[in-house]
Amino acid sequence: MDLNWFVCFLGAAVVAGTPLVLATLGELITEKSGSLNLGVEGMMYMGAIIGFTTGLQTGSPFFAFIGAALAGILGAMIFGFVTITLRANQIVTGLTLTMFGTGFAGFIGTPIIGERAPQKIIDTFVKVKLPLLGDIPVIGEIFFNQDYLVYLTYILIILVGFYLYKSRYGLNGTIVGENPKAADSLGISVIGYRYLHLAMGGALCGLAGGYLSLIYVPSWQDSMIAGRGWIAVALVIFSKWNPYRAYIGALFFGGLNIVGFRLQQFDLPVSTYLLDALPYLMTVIVLVFDSMRSKSRSHAPAGLGTPYFREER
Amino acid sequence: MRIVLEKREARSKTVTVLVPIISFVVSLMLGSIVLGLSGANPLSTYGFMFKGAFGTWIDFTETLVKAIPLLLTGLGVALAFKLRFWNIGAEGQFIWGAIGTSWVMVFWNFLPLPLLLPIGLVMGMVAGAMWAGIPAILKANWGVDETLTTLMLNYVAILFAEYLYYGPWRDPDGFGFPGTKRFPQEGWLPRFAGRAHYGLFLALAIAILLWFLLSKTRWGFEIKMIGKNQKAARCLGVSIEKSIVVTLLISGALAGLAGATEVAGISHRLQKGIDMGYGYTAIIIAWMAQLNPLACILVSILMAGLLVGGDQLQMMVGLPSSMGLVIQGLLLFPLLAGSVFTEYRLKIVRKVEA
Repeated sequence: MDLNWFVCFLGAAVVAGTPLVLATLGELITEKSGSLNLGVEGMMYMGAIIGFTTGLQTGSPFFAFIGAALAGILGAMIFGFVTITLRANQIVTGLTLTMFGTGFAGFIGTPIIGERAPQKIIDTFVKVKLPLLGDIPVIGEIFFNQDYLVYLTYILIILVGFYLYKSRYGLNGTIVGENPKAADSLGISVIGYRYLHLAMGGALCGLAGGYLSLIYVPSWQDSMIAGRGWIAVALVIFSKWNPYRAYIGALFFGGLNIVGFRLQQFDLPVSTYLLDALPYLMTVIVLVFDSMRSKSRSHAPAGLGTPYFREER
Repeated sequence: MRIVLEKREARSKTVTVLVPIISFVVSLMLGSIVLGLSGANPLSTYGFMFKGAFGTWIDFTETLVKAIPLLLTGLGVALAFKLRFWNIGAEGQFIWGAIGTSWVMVFWNFLPLPLLLPIGLVMGMVAGAMWAGIPAILKANWGVDETLTTLMLNYVAILFAEYLYYGPWRDPDGFGFPGTKRFPQEGWLPRFAGRAHYGLFLALAIAILLWFLLSKTRWGFEIKMIGKNQKAARCLGVSIEKSIVVTLLISGALAGLAGATEVAGISHRLQKGIDMGYGYTAIIIAWMAQLNPLACILVSILMAGLLVGGDQLQMMVGLPSSMGLVIQGLLLFPLLAGSVFTEYRLKIVRKVEA
């Protein structure tokens, strides 16, 4: 295990962390406005399969990812209609969305299991070294010798941070999540902002799924998301609802996702099953530490998970 | 003119019964769109599914085979949900139940043979309870989010089971088949028709017992109170932490028993494919039954019928088996959406000048 191996490993962790950070940003925006959407896994599946089939049909990387984002938005809108307009239980609705999305992807994807993503899309997303930044020793190799979607993700993190902390719309959305009553009396549309944030969140989760099926794998496999959506939900908590911190968490879990595979070459006396279980076990362990240190959801938006009824003010 | 939701003075009993029925019809209609899009005739497909699940006595016994684990896991989930503890780990607890039972059946050679079955089933319940106990203790002591911990532990459970049946527990005479040795025949749960075993009556008895405990005892009252209003419950001197742990141990034991009866009654070994997703379907059953143990009986037979019918579909028409998950989602969305009408009614308001 020399430096070279380690740089290589971290570079791969950045790639494995990219779908995680996209999904985490999506759930983070959603939760900021007060909706707890546990359908991340389902929306990722919907994005993965629609992105993949759109890619197969059109051969266009652009349309493939638009399709993935739209599929995520569709899932989020189902969730929104049932929980915001019809006021159903958010937790059970989110679980249902996860189940539905998983089944939906399996249903559409069964005939194309094993099929590869179109060559044009694979070629579009080869690693490209950025000028200047890519020449920084070690750091450049890890972060700036990646595919375009990784770079887009860096931009998205900054955009989400800017939106939430610096823009009027993002601040309005945050007020809706913290105190819907106050938001409503300020003339901010609670329902409007919740739908808006759900849609943005759904688009990001859909993109995350598309990244997995079109770039990361890149062929259609059954049960491809493998709990990454749930890890994203946990990452939102670890990040204390902060998009920049979310990236660090996603990198860490991206590393855990691939560590098993990478360590195989060393013939370590560790069971591969244990290594495969690491991301899930670590999620539980980090959650426990996080909760022990502070009240687990004390950084959460105060109105998270509670529906808002104007007439019951 | 616009349509608003207006709160009802009291929950409407009629609507409470009507909503699941109407939702079911809506789901069938949504499902026929999906079927139509994939080129199948919806009516004949549904007819085919119904015949496959309830058409003959033999088909019906297969439906019962699936109803047993669904009822047991559904009861476990319903019990936890009553506390507003979102246990979505029934799948993992089910797998641990199967592991616990298999451990006794395969390795406890010192037991007198007649004791194999009862001790095996109890060990399954203990294993399931243990797996649910971890998130319960974490939640009770430190407030760790239970939706995430229970779900993550599902993945760990299935990986552990894989480790066992591909690794140290693999049958040495099994020609590489991923599964343990077959259990001694004395340990099998006897069957009464086809593959349907006596676990059915155990599950039915537990459903009735649970209904009694929840509606007639102090324990049941406390659970309902905690679910409705934690603060009020605490003021009345209920120990919420203790209730969470005790209730979740029972919830896990029920899911564990489901896994135990599955290996003791059906497969007679721990083998690949033990993760059949019953633990996830259980969430739908609990919610459709509105967390009522007696309603769980009916709903789990219905869901089992859907699964069996879906399997038939897969074999005869060639539709992928994930159609089952799609149908489950299509079932639950209208139900969730419809539940609003038990507490609210639609009202058309004409715009008046303010």
